[in-house]
Amino acid sequence: MRLAGGGRIDRSQLYAFTFNGTQYQGYAGDTLAAALIANGVRLVGRSFKLHRPRGIFSAGAEEPSAIVQVEAGASTLPNLRATQVELYDGLSATSVNAWPSLAFDFWSINSLFAPLLPAGFYYKTFMWPQSLWHSYEAVIRRAAGLGRAPEHPDPDIYDHMHLHCDVLVVGGGPAGLAAALKAGRTGARVVLVDEQNESGGQLLGNRQQIDGAPGAEWATSAAEELAALDDVRVLTRTTAFGHYDHNHVALIERRTDHLGPAVSDADGRDGGPRQRVWKVRAKQVVLATGAHERSIVFRNNDRPGVMQASAAACYVNRYAARPGHRAVIFTNNDSAYAAAADLAEGGVSVAAIVDARPEPGLDASALAAGQGIEVITGHAAVDVKGRRHVEAVSIAAVDEAGNAAASASRSINCDLLAVSGGWNPCVHLHCHSGGKLNFDAVQACFVPGESKLAVRAAGAAAGIFDLAGCLESGFEAGADAAQDAGIKRRGRARKAPVADAETPAPARHLFHVPSSKRGGDYKAFVDLQHDVSASDIALAVREGYESVEHLKRYTTLGMATDQGKTSNVPGLAILSEVLGRPIADVGTTTFRPPYTPVTFGALAGRDVGTFADPVRKTPMHHWHETAGAVFEDVGQWKRPWYYPRDGETMQEAVDRECLAARNAIGLLDASTLGKIDIQGPDSVTLLNRVYTNAWNTLAIGRSRYGLMCGEDGMVFDDGVTTRLGDHHYLMTTTSGGAARVMSWLEEWLQTEWPELDVRLTSVTEQWASAGICGPGARRLMEELSEDIALDAEALPFMAMSEGRVAGLPARVFRISFSGEVSFEVNVPSRYGMALWSILMTAGEKYGITPYGTETLHILRAEKGYIIAGQETDGTVTPIDLGMGRMVSKKKDFIGKRSLSRSDTSREDRKQLVGLLTEDETEVLPEGAQIVSEPRPMPPMEMIGHVTSSYHSANVGRSIALALIRSGHSRIGEQVFAPLPGKRVMARIVEPMFFDPEGTRLHG
Amino acid sequence: MLLIPCPWCGPRDEIEFGCGGEAHIARPENPDELSDEAWADYLFNRANPKGPFAERWVHSHGCRRWFNVVRDTATNEILAVYEMGAPRPEIGSPPVLASPDESGTTSDGESL
Ligand SMILES: [Zn+2]
Repeated sequence: MRLAGGGRIDRSQLYAFTFNGTQYQGYAGDTLAAALIANGVRLVGRSFKLHRPRGIFSAGAEEPSAIVQVEAGASTLPNLRATQVELYDGLSATSVNAWPSLAFDFWSINSLFAPLLPAGFYYKTFMWPQSLWHSYEAVIRRAAGLGRAPEHPDPDIYDHMHLHCDVLVVGGGPAGLAAALKAGRTGARVVLVDEQNESGGQLLGNRQQIDGAPGAEWATSAAEELAALDDVRVLTRTTAFGHYDHNHVALIERRTDHLGPAVSDADGRDGGPRQRVWKVRAKQVVLATGAHERSIVFRNNDRPGVMQASAAACYVNRYAARPGHRAVIFTNNDSAYAAAADLAEGGVSVAAIVDARPEPGLDASALAAGQGIEVITGHAAVDVKGRRHVEAVSIAAVDEAGNAAASASRSINCDLLAVSGGWNPCVHLHCHSGGKLNFDAVQACFVPGESKLAVRAAGAAAGIFDLAGCLESGFEAGADAAQDAGIKRRGRARKAPVADAETPAPARHLFHVPSSKRGGDYKAFVDLQHDVSASDIALAVREGYESVEHLKRYTTLGMATDQGKTSNVPGLAILSEVLGRPIADVGTTTFRPPYTPVTFGALAGRDVGTFADPVRKTPMHHWHETAGAVFEDVGQWKRPWYYPRDGETMQEAVDRECLAARNAIGLLDASTLGKIDIQGPDSVTLLNRVYTNAWNTLAIGRSRYGLMCGEDGMVFDDGVTTRLGDHHYLMTTTSGGAARVMSWLEEWLQTEWPELDVRLTSVTEQWASAGICGPGARRLMEELSEDIALDAEALPFMAMSEGRVAGLPARVFRISFSGEVSFEVNVPSRYGMALWSILMTAGEKYGITPYGTETLHILRAEKGYIIAGQETDGTVTPIDLGMGRMVSKKKDFIGKRSLSRSDTSREDRKQLVGLLTEDETEVLPEGAQIVSEPRPMPPMEMIGHVTSSYHSANVGRSIALALIRSGHSRIGEQVFAPLPGKRVMARIVEPMFFDPEGTRLHG
Repeated sequence: MLLIPCPWCGPRDEIEFGCGGEAHIARPENPDELSDEAWADYLFNRANPKGPFAERWVHSHGCRRWFNVVRDTATNEILAVYEMGAPRPEIGSPPVLASPDESGTTSDGESL
C-alpha cells in the first residue's frame, strides 16, 4: 500500500528484505516497520504473556509490539524496535516472540487460559511449590523469551569516546534544532544528538509549516547551518540513553547498523566500530526529547491495526506508506484531527473521528470539515472486532464520569483505528538523574520539575506541544544554556522562524473506557508488551498493592523493554481511578537508564578478550618457562607453582621439591615480595605505629618480623623489615598485599600524621630476589660471595649484609620462611636472571632444586608460619594466631586499643592450631568445617575451620592448620570434619610439625 | 559518575578516586584511656546526613594525594574541596578550589 508519490524515501533505491522468511521490497529511507506497512503486513509479533497477535503501534522509540531480531549468526541483534530499524538491501528480520511461528503460534493457547494468568501470576503460580519451579521454568522461558543472544564471538568492534562540551542538546526536532542553533551561534561548544538518521523529529512525519514551507525543509537548512559551525558537533543515529550525576550523559551511536553486516568496508563500513558509546560531560544540558502519544485503554485495543494517530500520519507523510484503507480516529484531544487530515490527504478513507469530548477546537473542526470527515462527539471506542487485524470498531456514548453506555451505539467498519490519548513528554533522561516530575493537570501529563543538575527542557519534552511554542522555547533554552555555560558572546540576531499559531481546545482526561461486558475487561490493555490490562491493575489494588512501586513490580507494568513509554500514564490514571485519588497524589515510578536497550558490545567497547589487568613477571620468568614450570596467579604476578619433571604428577614434583629444600638446596624466586623503601628521620616512629611490635632497638643491618593490624585489631599483612641506615628501612610485604600496604601507609601519613618526616617508595620491581635454603645453602653462598662473611656469627639469623654475590652487587638477608638456614639474595632487577643462572649452575653439584609456591606453602606450614590472607581473613588478631608475644604492651600502635575490647579479648575466640588426621594419608580440604561431636545432629555447632592442609613429604604424613574456638586450650582434643560421604577424625596439636626447637634455622 | 575536582590535577572522573569516608575523625590521642564505648564510637560510628557531608577522597589513579570534599549527599553536588588538615569551610558559598595551580585542569577526553 505504497502511495504513488511523496515521502522521504528514495524510490530509485529498491531494497529486498525478508521478514519471518518471506521476501519483500522497500526503499532507501524506509524503516523496517514502514516497509512492512507498505507491503501490507499487519501481524508482526506476539505479546509476551498471552501471545496475542500484535501489529505496529508507533513509528519510533516507544514501540511496544513490533520487536524484532535482525540478522542471524554472530552479528545478530535481538529486541530491536522495527520502527527504528533502517532498511538496507538484504536485511533479514524475525519476530522475537512467536515460537514456533508467527502465523500458527502454539502459545497463543495461553490466551484461552488468560483468566488463569492474572497480575502476579509468576509469584502466585511459579514460586510455589519451589520444587516444581525448575520444571516450569524451561517451559516458561521458552514461552516468554524475547530475542536470542548470539552464540558466537562478536566479529565487530566497538568504541568508547569521551567528550566535553558547553551545551549538549538531546533531540533534533524543532525545539532541539532551535536550541542548538541559538547556542551554536554564540560560539559555544555544542553537541546535538538525535536518534534518527536525519534531523527534524516530528517535522519529518507531519505536514506542519515553518516560514510558509514544509517544516522538514527548515530542519534541513538548520542542520546545514549547524554542520557549518566550527564548534558544533551533530551526532545522528545516536541515542542519549543515560543521564547521570554532574551532567554525565551516555550516548550510543549506531555507526554501521543501517548498512547491514554484508556491506564491504569500501562502501562505508570504513573498518571502524559498529557502535560507539560517547561519555559526555556537559556544562549545560537541553532536553528536547519530544513526546510520545498515548493510547486509550479499551477492550481489544491491542489488535493489529490499532495505532497511534501520529504514527499513522507519519507513515503516510514520511514513508508514503498507507497503514490502512479505511480509518477511524478515536481521540480525546485536537492533535488527532491533523493526523486525520493527513491520512485523508494520503488517500486513506477516514470513516469518522470519534471524539470523547462534547466538541473539538475550532481549528480541529475546520480540518475535519475541510476533508469532509464525520465527527462523532461524546463517544468512545468500546471494542474492536477482528482477531488478526482490525475489522470494525464499536463505539458508545460516554458520560461525564467516563463510563460508556451499556450497549454500543454503532459499529464502524475499518482496518485502521488511529488513537490519540494525549501526549507524554519524554521525561526519561530528566528522571535518570533524579529530577522531579510535576503533574500538569490541564494537559494530563508529567512534565519535568526541579533538577539538581544544570539541565532544562524545551519543546514537547517540557509540555509545550504547539510548533510555534516549541521553536520559541528551543531558542530560549539554547540562549540560556550558552549563557549559563559561561559564554559571554551572543549570536548575531536573526529573524525568528514563524510557525502558524494554534489554538487547541482542552483535552479530555479520558484514559480508560471501562468495558460494559462483565468479566471480559482483561482484554483492555495498558501495557502492550507485558500484557498488563486494566483489570490486572484493579486486581493488584484489591490484593493490597496500592503503592505505585508495588503495583509496578506485582503486575510488571512498564517493566518490559519499552519501559512503559506509552503505558505509564494510563496505568497511573487507572490506579488513581481505582484508589479514588488524584493522579498527582498517586505519584509515578521513575525511569532508569537505558532509554532504549544498549548492546553489551557497545558497553564493553575495547575491553574484551584478554583481561586488561597487567600481568607481572619476575626477571627470572623466562627461566621458569623454559624449565617447564606450572604457574599460579598471585595478585597480578605469575609465580612458578611447581616444576614437574618428565612424567611427574604434581604431588610427586612437590614431594621432591620439599625434600630437596630440607636435605640439599632449595631455590625460590622471591622477587614478587612487596618491597617498600622507607626513608626519613621519623621512619622508626612510623614503624612503631603501624606494626604491633617495637622497633626502637633494631640495629643497622638487622631485620625484624612484623605484624600489621587494622584499627579494628585484625591482622591484615605481615613481613620482615630491615634497617639499612640511620633513617633508612626496607619493608617487605606479602606478594599480593604490597599495593594495599603502600596505600595504607600513605593514607596514615597524609591524613593523620602529616608531621612525620618520612618518604615511601615502592621498590618491588627494582629488586630481583632469590631465596636459597637448606643444609647446602651456606656452602654454595660461600663459593659465590667475595666480600660477605656468611658464618652464623657474622651473619646470624635476621641479619643483612651488603656486598657482591657472583660478581653482582647484592644485599644478602638471613631470613627464612622455611625453617632452614636461608639466604635471600637481592640484586638489581636487571641482574636477576644472571644471578639465578649462576646459582643453578654452581649449585648443581649440591643438588640445587628450584621450588615453587606449593612447596613454599608446605615448608612454612610444617613450621606453623602463617600466610596473611590464608590463616587470616580479617577476623583474626595476633593473639588468635598465638603471636601475643609480638604485641607490645609499652607503646600504642594501630589496632592496639581494639585488642582489649570485650569481643577481641574473649577467651573462646577461634585460635590457630595444628590438626593431625587419624588417617595419615587423609588430606583435609581447606575450608572444611570442624565439629566436636562424632555424630552431631542438626543444627551442628561449627567450632572452626581448616585454613591450610597438605601432604608433607618431610613429616611423612598429612598436616593441617586450623582456626578452632578456644583452640589454644584444647591441644590434644579430638575433633571431626564432616565431609561428603565421610567423617574425618583429627587431633588438635601445636601448630608446629617439623624441627620444633628451630636448630636448623639458626644453624 | 561524579566529576571530582582534585586540588592538584583538576576535575577528573570518579573512577580515578577512592573514597575514605567521613572527614575530620581525628585518631584519639590516648586510646588506652578511652572506654570501650568511646573507642567503638571512633572505630565504627559515622555520620550519615542527608545534605552537606565532609568526606575524604584520594586520587588513587592520579597524584595519590588525599584531600577533603564537602558533598551534598542528596544531590551529589560538590560544595567544597580543601586540603587535609584544613578546617571544614563554611558551606553556602560556591565551590572553593584550594588548588595551588588553577591552570592544572586537564581532561582525558577529546575537546571540541
Ligand atoms: Zn590528583
